[in-house]
Amino acid sequence: MRPLLRHARYVMAENPVTGLAFGLFALFLLAAILGPALAPYNPLQSNVAMALKPPSAAHWFGTDQLGRDIFSRVLVATRLDLTIAFASVVLAFLLGALSGVAAGYFGGWTDRVVGRLADTIMAFPLFVLAMGIVAALGNEVINIVIATAIINFPLYARVARAEANVRRESGFVEAARLSGNGETRVLLGHVLPNIMPIMMVQMSLTMGYAILNAAGLSFIGLGVRPPDAEWGIMVAEGANFIQSGEWWIALFPGLALMLAVFCFNLLGDGLRDIIDPRMRT
Amino acid sequence: MKRRSFIKTTAAGAAAVTAPAIWSEAKAQARNETLLIVNESPPNSMDIHGVGANRPAYEVSWNTHDRLITYGAKKDANGNDHYDYTKLEPELATEWDLKPNSVTFKLRRDAKFHDGTPITAKDVKWSFDRAVTVGGFPTFQMKAGSLEKPEQFVVVDDHTFRVDFIRADKLTMPDIGVPVPVIMNSELCKKNATATDPWAMEWCKNNTASGGAYKVERWQPGQEVVYVRNDDWKSGPMPKIRRVVMRIIPSAGNRRALLERGDADLSFDLPSKDFAELRTMPKLTVVGTPIENAMTYIGMNVTQKPFDNVKVRQAVAWALPYQQIMDSVMFGQAIPLFGGADNKSKGIVWPQKDGYKTDLAKAKALMAEAGYPNGFETTISFDLGLASTNEPLTILVQESLAQIGIKAAINKIPGANWRGELLKKNMPMIANSFGGWLNYPEYFFFWCYHGQNAVFNTMSYKNPTMDALIDKARFASGKEYEDAVNGFVDIAFEEVPRVPLFQPLLNVAMQKNVTGYRYWFHRQLDYRQLAKG
Amino acid sequence: MLNLLLSRLATAIPSIVGVVVVTFMLTRLLPGDPAAYFAGLAASPQAVAEIRTKLGLDKSLPEQFVAYVGDLLSGNLGNSLSTGQPVVTEIATRLPASAELTLAALLLAVFIAIPLGVLAAVKQGTWIDHVCRVVTTAGVSLPVFFTGLLFAYVFYYLLQWAPAPTGRLDVFLSPPQHITGFYLIDSALTGNSETFWGALRQLALPAISMAIFSLAPLARMTRGSMLAVLGSDFIRTARASGLAPRTVVFTYAFRNAVLPVITVLGMVFSFLLGANVLVETVFAWPGVGLYAVNALITSDYAPVQGFVLTMAVLYVALNLAIDLLYGLVDPRIRLDS
Repeated sequence: MRPLLRHARYVMAENPVTGLAFGLFALFLLAAILGPALAPYNPLQSNVAMALKPPSAAHWFGTDQLGRDIFSRVLVATRLDLTIAFASVVLAFLLGALSGVAAGYFGGWTDRVVGRLADTIMAFPLFVLAMGIVAALGNEVINIVIATAIINFPLYARVARAEANVRRESGFVEAARLSGNGETRVLLGHVLPNIMPIMMVQMSLTMGYAILNAAGLSFIGLGVRPPDAEWGIMVAEGANFIQSGEWWIALFPGLALMLAVFCFNLLGDGLRDIIDPRMRT
Repeated sequence: MKRRSFIKTTAAGAAAVTAPAIWSEAKAQARNETLLIVNESPPNSMDIHGVGANRPAYEVSWNTHDRLITYGAKKDANGNDHYDYTKLEPELATEWDLKPNSVTFKLRRDAKFHDGTPITAKDVKWSFDRAVTVGGFPTFQMKAGSLEKPEQFVVVDDHTFRVDFIRADKLTMPDIGVPVPVIMNSELCKKNATATDPWAMEWCKNNTASGGAYKVERWQPGQEVVYVRNDDWKSGPMPKIRRVVMRIIPSAGNRRALLERGDADLSFDLPSKDFAELRTMPKLTVVGTPIENAMTYIGMNVTQKPFDNVKVRQAVAWALPYQQIMDSVMFGQAIPLFGGADNKSKGIVWPQKDGYKTDLAKAKALMAEAGYPNGFETTISFDLGLASTNEPLTILVQESLAQIGIKAAINKIPGANWRGELLKKNMPMIANSFGGWLNYPEYFFFWCYHGQNAVFNTMSYKNPTMDALIDKARFASGKEYEDAVNGFVDIAFEEVPRVPLFQPLLNVAMQKNVTGYRYWFHRQLDYRQLAKG
Repeated sequence: MLNLLLSRLATAIPSIVGVVVVTFMLTRLLPGDPAAYFAGLAASPQAVAEIRTKLGLDKSLPEQFVAYVGDLLSGNLGNSLSTGQPVVTEIATRLPASAELTLAALLLAVFIAIPLGVLAAVKQGTWIDHVCRVVTTAGVSLPVFFTGLLFAYVFYYLLQWAPAPTGRLDVFLSPPQHITGFYLIDSALTGNSETFWGALRQLALPAISMAIFSLAPLARMTRGSMLAVLGSDFIRTARASGLAPRTVVFTYAFRNAVLPVITVLGMVFSFLLGANVLVETVFAWPGVGLYAVNALITSDYAPVQGFVLTMAVLYVALNLAIDLLYGLVDPRIRLDS
């Protein structure tokens, strides 16, 4: 652990941008955990008398059509957006890593089936596939998670497969096999843990994409139910007000969305540098 | 114009390239003689009789075809043109002779289809036969005026056409003036018919076989329709606009920007807030006409607990945030249907105000009386396609209901499922709108409150007393008619299966130089009366 | 070469079959009832049933599938219910619009991203490298629907620099004679400068919105591949033999680094082609993405299936083309196969 930390410190010093990303990440995590407690107003409470007010000392990000405080809504939405993205990434990881590792390790028909499945999904226009899945399964948050996980699945499966394939014949696997472990045990107990760092990088890289995808779906009106605060839906609501000059309704949730994706993308790059100096480019 | 200077600078920037003639003379000319309309949704057919022809398709049909008769015009309360339901006027027919059992039309002798073929009575018969035979919406609408069988339509001679009645129906004549019974070029259609498709439905989807005031010059499905004036048109005063371009711009914000910048001439389909603001702009005209026989309402399914209890429905009616909806959702662009003196009918008009207003104390008392002092849980649904109005509306309703203990989850249903869900009739609570073409209270009630339980009776409301009154009003007149109407309005208010919120307006925004806009019951734009400049 | 082509095609076919099956199932799972939708609001249950029969929806799923595959094999993708047109013609007329937009965006992205990537690699670890990374990452972090809206507001409404977002051409210009379907190319070929400029102006904003989105993968790959090449032996040799740094970077390193970038380019292109749905909505761009979304919302099966299938075939074809290109450019690959 210690050399890793030292390496991390080295990377941070070398690459201030990664430091920035970690800072942002901490901020988002804080907002997700404490958001509801920190919000100055109830994010769901309408106040018609205060509708469509521009940013001010009382309402930092202004108010929306129903007089709800946009700052509170943007803050509280953090939890929902990150949860959706995180859940879908974890699900994609579970599906992708397991099947990918098995494919890479066993080869043969397992490999062919997983490979074909991944190829088939990749051949779809992914956003439209996600839309179709949510539309077919029903308008629920859980279905956004499933849809996002499915379209991310091939990325994980491919990486896991390649990495497992490389390790199949390596010394530590051979050793584990010789000491009498069954194939499944070798796979889950030895190969999988060994490729975890690479999968972690993959996860933080796809987090950003997952957030964008979820926001895109709710922008079209699929998934998140009103009155819940969610960045994509807030941008969609605000879109109708841009031309009439109420720019703040769409702008702030849009910025939050962008910043979150930005943060995860930088983080993914940074993590890659830390975990795998070999791949450092 | 700033745009022009921008173009010059870009052109200068690309110095080596020959300067482009962006604003050619011809283009400026075209701009002046063309009306540019921007709308949200495109027509899906050129044929109003086609399967699933949508509202924009009615507009194409209305402007490219003639009907036998049309409606006159009057001025509404704001001095704007409004079609006049009481005045039937000549279109293709120059005169008609109405008898108890039939009506005989004399056709214009000089009228021609766009391809030059003279329009004769056999075309009229072919067209009417088609409308009552092909099934679906056209057949259904013809039936509303007791026009049901081809045998009713008789060619007397080339320029005389008779309709025989199968029963006395006060809607027969008005029904001949609605968009459905268009006159089509029967020879042209027959040429493009096949054995399996005798009415040339397939061909007519993409082609007009018509003789109306405008011809379709170009149709790019999903993108635009370009019309040119038919200079040989005889069935009315020559339209002033030579060319009409109807472009589809899906984003409401962009449509507004186009209007404000003066790049588009006219648009329907904007959010209420935009109309409220455009109204104050000196360079634009906004005309808002109350949509006849229409209302936006909260419906409750009376076949399900707890909405089977009239006290619960009344509690909901006393709990809704009416004024907030008017202010924050509609921005004042609607006519309130709440806050009247009491729940009694105020005369033979529909829709009209009921006596409910926001009174939470009264609502809570009714909830307690009904046996739900702690409220209950339910779901309120709406059509995703109407989210710009219905989403804020239901959020306000949800908040208000929470105060009397009703926890309502909001369910957005994508447009494709909405009709299916309405047909199933198991949504407990909905926010919805309804409007009827024919402006009679009993027409509205027949669809929305009658025990025949049509799809529009979204509450599945059944009450024999109300049914009797509605049936009576359909065929009665005078005092008897008025008593029946007042009777069913009173019941509707007392029993409140649907709580009226407001009567929507049909808003249209246009440049100041566009004049002659007329409101039609079908709510589509009639290009023929418009002028520009 | 031919063998390579055939073996690639053989592996691609199962994917396409998979796409056909999945799409069919997915569209049938959509909860909307097209029959109810198109029968109109006033329809009686009987009218709905009539339309259902007309559309063939009363048959069992396997029967529908067989009919669907039969149509596919004869090149018939069915009719769109909401526009009333055959899906094949609609996709054929709309695909050039999407392709023109995507290609323009990609071209723009290449011109910005590749120099950025080269610069970042040459100046590795300096502030220039960091700035390049932040800028491109910021680009890919922007939700395109948000950038699109913002651009339309600022550049059309406020500044009036851009033309009205009304699609591919100003309303008062007529489209050029159809040669390739790309307005820019067609108008240039026919010497119609007015239309050319009109089309270019309409293209600018949506293309920029999309280009920003595709900077990151291109720049990242250029940087990575440049670094790998710059660290290799032959570059060291070149440097050691005293060649000017400029010559080393551009003549030797860049040429060798460009191969992986081509692969990414293909990936990005096919990704963008399917993903520009939201940009097309914002700018009223009459492409296939907008078409597919509208169809999905109205449960209009045929266009959704047609769109997905077209995209899948394009994806496969593109990958194939890249493989072949690769083989042509890099002789080592040909030997391997």
